[in-house]
Amino acid sequence: MYEAIIGLEIHAELKTDTKIYCGCKNSFGNEPNTQVCPVCMGLPGALPVLNKKVVDLAIKAGLALSCNIEKCSKQDRKNYFYPDLPKAYQISQNDTPLCTNGYIELKSKKINIKRIHIEEDAGKLIHNKNGTTTIDFNRCGVPLIEVVTEPDIRSSYEAIEFLEALKEILEYSEISDCKMQEGSLRCDVNVSLRPIGCDAFGTRCEIKNLNSFSAIGSAIDCEINRQSEILNSGKNVLQETRRWDDCLKQTVSMRNKEESCDYRYFPEPDLLPIKVSDEQIHAIKERMVVLPEKRRIKYINEYDLSEYDAKILTSKKTLSDFFESCIASGGKPKDCANWLMGDISKILKEKALDKIPFSPDCLVDLLALIDNGTISNSSAKIVLLNMFKSNDAPDVIIEKSGLAQISDIEKIKAIADSVILSNEKSVKDYKNGNKRAFGFLVGQAMKLSGGRANPKILNEVIKKALNN
Amino acid sequence: MELLTLTVHELRDMIKSKKISSFEATSACLSHIKKTDDTIGSFITVLYDEAIESAKECDKKLAQGENSGSLFGVPYALKDNILTKNIKTTCASKMLDDFIPPYSATVENRIKEHGGVLLGKLNMDEFAMGSSTENSYYKITKNPYDTSKIPGGSSGGSATAVASNEAYFSLGSDTGGSIRQPASFCGCVGLKPTYGRVSRYGLVAFASSLDQIGPMTKDVRDSAIILDVISGKDIKDATTCKSSEISFEKALNGKICGKKIGVPTEYLDGINEEVLYSLSLAIENLKQLGADCTDTSLKLYKYALPTYYLISSGEACSNLARYDGVKYGYRAENYESLTDLYKESRSLGFGDEVKRRILLGTYVLSSENYSAYFKKAQQVRTIIIEEFKKLFEKYDVLVTPAYPTTPSNLGQGGSSIEMYVGGNCLACANLAGLPAIVVPCGYTKKGLPIGVQIIGKPFDEATVLNVAYALEKTITKQKPSLMGGTK
Repeated sequence: MYEAIIGLEIHAELKTDTKIYCGCKNSFGNEPNTQVCPVCMGLPGALPVLNKKVVDLAIKAGLALSCNIEKCSKQDRKNYFYPDLPKAYQISQNDTPLCTNGYIELKSKKINIKRIHIEEDAGKLIHNKNGTTTIDFNRCGVPLIEVVTEPDIRSSYEAIEFLEALKEILEYSEISDCKMQEGSLRCDVNVSLRPIGCDAFGTRCEIKNLNSFSAIGSAIDCEINRQSEILNSGKNVLQETRRWDDCLKQTVSMRNKEESCDYRYFPEPDLLPIKVSDEQIHAIKERMVVLPEKRRIKYINEYDLSEYDAKILTSKKTLSDFFESCIASGGKPKDCANWLMGDISKILKEKALDKIPFSPDCLVDLLALIDNGTISNSSAKIVLLNMFKSNDAPDVIIEKSGLAQISDIEKIKAIADSVILSNEKSVKDYKNGNKRAFGFLVGQAMKLSGGRANPKILNEVIKKALNN
Repeated sequence: MELLTLTVHELRDMIKSKKISSFEATSACLSHIKKTDDTIGSFITVLYDEAIESAKECDKKLAQGENSGSLFGVPYALKDNILTKNIKTTCASKMLDDFIPPYSATVENRIKEHGGVLLGKLNMDEFAMGSSTENSYYKITKNPYDTSKIPGGSSGGSATAVASNEAYFSLGSDTGGSIRQPASFCGCVGLKPTYGRVSRYGLVAFASSLDQIGPMTKDVRDSAIILDVISGKDIKDATTCKSSEISFEKALNGKICGKKIGVPTEYLDGINEEVLYSLSLAIENLKQLGADCTDTSLKLYKYALPTYYLISSGEACSNLARYDGVKYGYRAENYESLTDLYKESRSLGFGDEVKRRILLGTYVLSSENYSAYFKKAQQVRTIIIEEFKKLFEKYDVLVTPAYPTTPSNLGQGGSSIEMYVGGNCLACANLAGLPAIVVPCGYTKKGLPIGVQIIGKPFDEATVLNVAYALEKTITKQKPSLMGGTK
């Protein structure tokens, strides 16, 4: 009956060293009011000075999202009163955003991006148990990009798909940490309904206070239901801002006067226009990393990996970069992929590590040692564990721990003979047709060799010996 | 005592040649302030102990032969909207009555580096809004030439401190004439530099695209000396331009033969007879010095003031929004909600004139009115800038009266329409960002000072100062006697 028309407004904190208009450090989780100065505190007489890196990162975001980069844009004052806004205005961009007309290609459709602009973040209000509210200004002046989509999204599924794609792009390009739980990625949603086949837009509601992707999905579904019920009962949807209540699992009306605010925008007189040159855009483009979607296509087409494998390998930039370095060092894609996705990922998780502590070359070397028979697969797993602990190269580890595979036929023959001699019963069982006894004997021989016997050769030798 | 009537350059030469110490000069100022300031009312805060300490430090350094900078040990004062670290900075407002800044303005740091001795903070119209210094939360400042008259504003205290020899120089701020008009009324030299010449970091903002800090001095050479000290690129102020390659003091030579001087006739509309007379004399003198003075026209003259009021009010209401009682400054004692806190604090903390400007500014920036008022004013501003550009293709400087009238009586209401309208000749220079100086050029029969204004091309303070310097030499040094007893 109805189709949902959904648009998203995303704020992402930029990964710069310092804030957007002053030299204070841009970092999260510090003691309140320790990362502040006259400028970001809005003291009388203080003036903003634009951090050039902010513009660079915003341009990078624009390029990554296929936007048009405006050569000349300005900053504007957005005036309103709230305790977390020390100057009582936010420096933002009103009618001349830095980037326009971009998009992200999802599997099924393209979601258009209307604009990306730069602005400063506000502080944080802390509502204390004793009923007082205190203000932490550390976050004031943290640089943000605001990404606004066209209302092209039609479901909660598409919204989350878009957000995951956006998060991936911003993380890979090292534009933002995109940690919703730390507030470095925030999203407000606009939802309206219209009868299917109708062109005109219905009344939209804005939903705020969404702190996770799942909350966003739930809120959208909830809102679609709410508006459907209203329209079905013949009533009109009221244009308003609603707050998502994660406990009640519903949207609640925010009857604040803040909604209907005239921001009295005017150009920021303390700052010069932002002029971007072709050279600057070109330089940023040159330094951009290959984005995850493009990498996945390459892994599938050129390295013959499955879609699933490609997705896992690109789930983190560090993993993908490591994988690609392995290939560059001569590693075989399938082997490298398997080890990275399997044992290495498992160990990383167990040890709660973010980064692989050894180089791609080390992994390639290890895999080559398996290939040329120096060690067995199972020994290699032990070597791998050691590579996580020490700085030694695989061959050094193998030598130190004596894990080199035994491939010498005479030696293996000796081990096989020894096992056969000490396990008369099993030999008899095997000769009576019990195939499992063979496995037992191989197992014993392997144990005797300290796990180092070349399995293929061992199998052949024992078979031969038993058949004699 | 003659010590107090010295200029900055005279005093610093005497201190450097050890004929006098900074301590002596500073003590003399402080004694004089004690005697006269109850009447004149230049100061909001006098730093008796700190100034003496500072002077002693300067003398010690000089004795040890350390590099003294160009202001060595000379006592000065600052308008109270220029931030001084750990020293109360009030903007003459109840809103900032207890505000003690944690940092100093760039200009203050620069003066300190050059060895200036800060005597105190000067009275002004609240938040620099006004032209008589009667809008101060604290006190009225009186014209030393006639204590029943206004000293002008908003940098009233800056002018009277220098005029009554309480300080050797001061800094004021000029948004629509606030240095130049009091300079004219008090017989001082007041310079508004080109916009971007002097850092605004640490100046409590009134109208960001119009404000400039400038020196108030006894003569033009002093003005050049102070400009050398305070001007130049500041990385903390994105609107400052690159530093001058020349020293303004060194560039003074008084040679203006052949300079083309334009006199816009529109400024002569409705001006006081005595002002007109003094202006004519000044122009005669300039001609005698070899300058080529001709009448010219500034057609957009009458649009300057409305344009100024729309832009300055709009920017001001935004700049003053931070005074909300939350973080610093006055917070009302009784309030029941957040909105109440804002309302009460701002209603009680701000004076009437400030509220008037905030209301006007809020109106012109509101979305329904923005295009017709604020945006339109900015567009007219561009046309005014273009008109000046054309004039400066023909002329090196323009000369106008500093103000159409002489100082009016105290108590006439600092916000009367007459006061507003008088500022046409001054506001132009702020709108176009041009350097402009006011130099005393005579006195009324009753002994009130009259000033002449010289406006120059952007960043051409050198020419502006030079024409002023040359003119100054032709003006008789004989001043009528002042309240405060020094001539």
